[in-house]
Amino acid sequence: MNDKMIKAHALHKRFGQHEVLKSVSLEMGKGEVIAVIGPSGSGKSTFLRCLNHLETIDAGRIEIEGEVLADTDAAGHCRYAPDPELRRICRRMGMVFQHFNLFPHMTVLQNIIEAPITVKGMRREEVIPKAEALLAKVGLSAKRDAYPGRLSGGQKQRVAIARALAMEPDIMLFDEPTSALDPELTGEVLRTMRELAEEHMTMLVVTHEMGFAREVANRVIFMDQGQIVEERPAAEFFASPAHPRARAFLDNML
Amino acid sequence: MDYILKILPQLVEGAGVTLQVFLITIVLSMPLGLALALGRISHWRPLSTAVNGYIWLMRGTPLMLQMLFIYFALPFVPVIGIRLPDFPAAILAFVLNYAAYFAEIFRAGIQSIDRGQYEGAKVLGMNYSQTMRRIVLPQMIRRILPPVSNETITLVKDTSLIYVLAMNDLLRAARGIVQRDFTTSPFVVAAAFYLIMTLLLTWGFQYLEKRQAVCDE
Repeated sequence: MNDKMIKAHALHKRFGQHEVLKSVSLEMGKGEVIAVIGPSGSGKSTFLRCLNHLETIDAGRIEIEGEVLADTDAAGHCRYAPDPELRRICRRMGMVFQHFNLFPHMTVLQNIIEAPITVKGMRREEVIPKAEALLAKVGLSAKRDAYPGRLSGGQKQRVAIARALAMEPDIMLFDEPTSALDPELTGEVLRTMRELAEEHMTMLVVTHEMGFAREVANRVIFMDQGQIVEERPAAEFFASPAHPRARAFLDNML
Repeated sequence: MDYILKILPQLVEGAGVTLQVFLITIVLSMPLGLALALGRISHWRPLSTAVNGYIWLMRGTPLMLQMLFIYFALPFVPVIGIRLPDFPAAILAFVLNYAAYFAEIFRAGIQSIDRGQYEGAKVLGMNYSQTMRRIVLPQMIRRILPPVSNETITLVKDTSLIYVLAMNDLLRAARGIVQRDFTTSPFVVAAAFYLIMTLLLTWGFQYLEKRQAVCDE
């Protein structure tokens, strides 16, 4: 029995000459909340994006809930699962982006019901109540029929979270979800994410919010120069980071 | 005034031909243009190169030459050589030519859509055709309305080129009367016809743009 939600083994990724990921590995259990932190350019976003095939890895192995997304053979050729399979596996992971990526030509409600209808083939009548419940959950019922252009950054991000949840993912990936927000708007997004964590959603969060990482994450991964430098329970890590680079980074942030 | 009423039936008949060429060209060249645009941005090299060459050819030679070629020279081309009557020949030339222009407009529109939209669609599990149909093309349409409006208005007036195939469109009908009656007023009436057609188009596109603007801030 395999209860690992994500198993990433020795991921390598290069952009041209630049090696962005140098053998990054991670195992993640159900209900775990992991914060990925580190200086910009350390490869943390790329790592996240490799997990759901937004970027392709050059070598390594990715398993999602026991199913192989990508693997590398002895000769060093990296192979991905065939397309429909790939899409099905990736659908287990919802993703929230730094820049929201809401669909501007659709209302808030349409943004949320779009994928359940076109991808899962669900009926409108069954999706709409679900979407409305999700909107209530993120506190945006009043914005149901507004277009994204009329929302604040914090509201957009909460819609993006609701949109991802509408596909009923088992894992949520967050790629710097508050980095594009005004400081006073980060709180509402972090609150939504905290609630999600309390419901035992499996969450992998790339973030610069040290307070959130400390209070919500079970584990912290510190990345630097394409490698995981330190990986420890959040409380321990923030009390005394072992690696000098992690210590320097934290001193800078706090 | 009486004179104008007298020549009106002939001009209306000519305007009918003009409108037919216009409408059929629009209806056929836009889907073809979209297909070409998708081919042009395809990652499959042979396809994008072929489409590129086609667009170069169609935009690089005069529409009138293309029309003359299809009508007079095509019958003598081996294998594909067929003799088309004047109306289909004119339509074919217009469609092939305008599709190339529309393709470039559509391509620019598609490429102006932020990469984040594709990623947003992808992480929700959408495939290529779902992403295009539901996310990219609806947003593209709104951005390309102004250039498409331009192109469409140009087409109204370009239809007058069919006089080279001796078809009686609005302008040729007017010219016929001018030569018969030694007065230039049919030209003025023809101009009024063109202006009315382009005015209706302008209004139509303004309406579409306004309707598309509802999702703006």
